[in-house]
Amino acid sequence: MRFDSLMDSVGRTPLVGLPRLSPSPDVRLWAKLEQDNPTGSIKDRAALWMITDGEKRGLLTPGATVLEPTSGNTGISLAMVCRQRGYRLICVMPENTSTERRQLLTMWGAEIVYSSATGGSNEAVAVAKRLAAEHPDWVMLYQYGNPANAQAHYETTGPELLEDLPSITHFVAGLGTTGTLMGTGRFLRERVQGIRIIAAEPRYGEIVYGLRNIDEGFIPELYDESVLTTRISVGPKESLRRTRQMVEEEGIFAGISTGCILHAALIEADKCVRAGQRADIAIVVCDGGWKYLSTGAYAGTLEEAEAALEGQLWA
Amino acid sequence: MAVQVRVPTILRSYTGGSKVVEGVGDTLAALFIDIDSRFPGLRGRLIADAGELHRFVNIYVNDEDVRFLGGLDAKIADGDNVTILPAVAGGCAVMPATSGV
Repeated sequence: MRFDSLMDSVGRTPLVGLPRLSPSPDVRLWAKLEQDNPTGSIKDRAALWMITDGEKRGLLTPGATVLEPTSGNTGISLAMVCRQRGYRLICVMPENTSTERRQLLTMWGAEIVYSSATGGSNEAVAVAKRLAAEHPDWVMLYQYGNPANAQAHYETTGPELLEDLPSITHFVAGLGTTGTLMGTGRFLRERVQGIRIIAAEPRYGEIVYGLRNIDEGFIPELYDESVLTTRISVGPKESLRRTRQMVEEEGIFAGISTGCILHAALIEADKCVRAGQRADIAIVVCDGGWKYLSTGAYAGTLEEAEAALEGQLWA
Repeated sequence: MAVQVRVPTILRSYTGGSKVVEGVGDTLAALFIDIDSRFPGLRGRLIADAGELHRFVNIYVNDEDVRFLGGLDAKIADGDNVTILPAVAGGCAVMPATSGV
């Protein structure tokens, strides 16, 4: 395959069968390998769509400054796209973010503004919103509420899945910004009768939920419950176990959020086996495991790995 | 036998600091009424004035979100696990320490 530039190669990722993890010849699992995107994660799709949408709507003009609360894959994807298109990118992240993360973002061209460690991601979102208000000329793309995030998946991830797997019965993805599930889910619902859209939601350690008040909670603006069939909460132990199974049994070295998704998919697969129904279950591999090596997720016992993840947003 | 309910840190002021409380009931609504008789005030933090689940409260029965199981009418059976969690910005957002997407 030949492309005019790196950005033209976003998407069109392979869909591979998981013969060893599939429970029966009638209930099969398929993995969409999003680590094959230019910066190694599914976020390249959302980043490219949000930037392009901002240009179309006249929000982004040459030399513009883009602002986003993220130290994760979205930041890396945005940094790559912004550098290519000539924009300045500022990422807001908690001050205790790992050196590895800072290096990756800086390497791709992002500048970093820190929010307090104790405030977690809610605080980073709040700081970004405040900075955006102070600098009206800066453009916050805001992945949690930007329809272009979901639209990327409506226009690419969904159609690619249906083309490669016309017999699809289930789509399972992680619930973060909700963009992947909303966009892909809406596309598949319009075209596949009875499709089941399953959200796999990471369940973190207690520190992560340590808000002062229930009323300070957060739900991404993109989230629309009616797109989903159900939502399954998956803890760190199951996620780690499945992440390891993915590489041991199928040779796919994925990040921890993929283990979370695989776990939810296997719960659904088991329901189909017991009900005697055929199923083609597509799951998302969000990214590769490289960025998570330092978490200890792949070394030692599961208990040790679980202890290492305590208090971290691991997906 | 009863149903075990996991309570998040921010709501433990209602349970005397307990992480897990037990209760009985055929539905989630009945379970909360039972628990509220021993831990008054907890139910009021989970259910909004309109009688619906609080917008920023997520409740799971055996790891499945109850909003997809009938909400407060979700059926509960002995031995089930109920988990209460506040809604937070997670997922592909910003991560402290060394991990995240």
